[in-house]
Amino acid sequence: MSATTTAPMLGRDIAAARALGRRRRLVDNIIRWACLAATGIGLFFLASILFTLIIRGFAAIDLTVFTRTFEPTTYGDPEAPRGGLYHAIMGTLVQTTLGTLIGTPIGLFVGTYLAEYARGSALGNAVRFVSDVLLSAPSILVGLFVYQMVVLPMGGFSGIAGAAALAILVIPVVVRTTEDMLQLIPNTLREAVVGLGAPKWKMVTLVCWRSAMSGIVTGILLAIARITGETAPLLLTSFGNNITSFNLNSAMASLPIAIYQQANSGFPDLIDIAWAGALIVTFGVLAINIIARLLLGNSK
Amino acid sequence: MSSAETSTSAGASFGGMAARSSAALNSDARISVRNLDFVYAPQLAKSLKSINFDLPERQVTGMIGPSGCGKSTLLRVLNRMYSLYPGQKATGEVMMDGKNLLDDDVDINELRARIGMVFQKPTPFPMTIYENIAFGVRLHEKLSKSAMDERVEWALTRAAIWGEVKDRLQASAMGLSGGQQQRLCIARTIAVKPEVILFDEPTSALDPISTLKIEELIDELKRDFTIAIVTHNMQQAARCADQVAFFYLGELIEIAPAAQLFTNPAQPKTQEYITGRFG
Repeated sequence: MSATTTAPMLGRDIAAARALGRRRRLVDNIIRWACLAATGIGLFFLASILFTLIIRGFAAIDLTVFTRTFEPTTYGDPEAPRGGLYHAIMGTLVQTTLGTLIGTPIGLFVGTYLAEYARGSALGNAVRFVSDVLLSAPSILVGLFVYQMVVLPMGGFSGIAGAAALAILVIPVVVRTTEDMLQLIPNTLREAVVGLGAPKWKMVTLVCWRSAMSGIVTGILLAIARITGETAPLLLTSFGNNITSFNLNSAMASLPIAIYQQANSGFPDLIDIAWAGALIVTFGVLAINIIARLLLGNSK
Repeated sequence: MSSAETSTSAGASFGGMAARSSAALNSDARISVRNLDFVYAPQLAKSLKSINFDLPERQVTGMIGPSGCGKSTLLRVLNRMYSLYPGQKATGEVMMDGKNLLDDDVDINELRARIGMVFQKPTPFPMTIYENIAFGVRLHEKLSKSAMDERVEWALTRAAIWGEVKDRLQASAMGLSGGQQQRLCIARTIAVKPEVILFDEPTSALDPISTLKIEELIDELKRDFTIAIVTHNMQQAARCADQVAFFYLGELIEIAPAAQLFTNPAQPKTQEYITGRFG
């Protein structure tokens, strides 16, 4: 470019350099405003969703939402009992907890296998690929799979089927974070452990896991956050229930499905309860995400 | 020590060490290496070629040479660290107490308890200072609480760090300075009571004062341990080592008492290296 030559500039060169500068400023501005506009559009929708949720959710939420179970619509009768979401909250807690308890160890061991034992092996690469596919697979597919494998053989919808579907969704998230966090550990640390005469399993469980712990816990929390709001796989597995049930062999309520059903009912009082449920799920997931970020922040 | 006088030098070629008679090797060697070859992968050229040398009991053997000359590789053969990585293979003899350490039937964990290693970068474990020391001990011995306390204090004292950490044994080891971490790693290694300690450039990540402390420590430790130290720093080799081995392109060019190797090397290649003409 003429602007970079060291020889004195001619008038022609200066004009060209100015034109170039104008063009660069113009492109710079276009890109900057495009980015800002896209951010604005994204934030607008996010903010309006949150705004609606908070306005309608807080209008509907009270203590009875947490203590009562489902009631049919009151048809506007102030004397009729107003329902709540206790059954759904309990169902979500049971299924999310069980799903996490089943999925986390499997994910932890698969991730550990990938990071510590399978480096570069064909089997390891295949497992990693399948896990990544599962990570982005539509969750309804997982629901269908569990419907086929658990619901049909058991002869009906069940809480355990819901937990199984959620566990399958937990696994790839935990696999990925476990592998990523273990790979951050320098090999010199591993060598230092085995250099003391430690067998490999002690190296992995006593030092590597401990080094990667906050990252792995973060992954588990993100997985919990993900399955807490899952609706599709539960529709086909635990189905939902209008009464409080802790029986893992029968249909079990959950917050996302209670929201789905009551929002669909067409009765304003039930739709209000759906908004309250949405608020509970959102703040629950938000709390989990904040904890995860704090943990990850501490590890750095 | 008589072994220090056992100056040997290569024959006509750089690979001449293989032809050296074993009679020239001293008898009170803690570890004797014979005809050692090493490859990083089956298809690659040898990274160590026919290495013969001894680590004399309770002496410091310095290993010098330009980057990639095989000195660290050799160190990692001695405690079989290389066997962590598939494809890497050592052939030949690494004799200790009449046993070839490269044999398949050697208990590799017991071997590493006898031949400890300190690495270039400090590698404290993510646990308390106390646990860092107790970790290695627990792998090999079952000690009572009081015996373990004693061992931890002993190791930290020997590593010249007890005074700095005795009031915060339950604090995380990650909070120590780099030099303290490295002395902690030395304490962790000697807590297992090895017979041989391998130092792989133990001060290259440290400041001069920490380096001085580690060097003094090595001098002190050789009363009880047989030591091998890989270093890029020739002054360090001259200060710390009783005998020095010079490696070049995977071959042992010359091994001699430190004073002799640095003042009157037998090999022209050694002369060129120590005078800074390459490397």
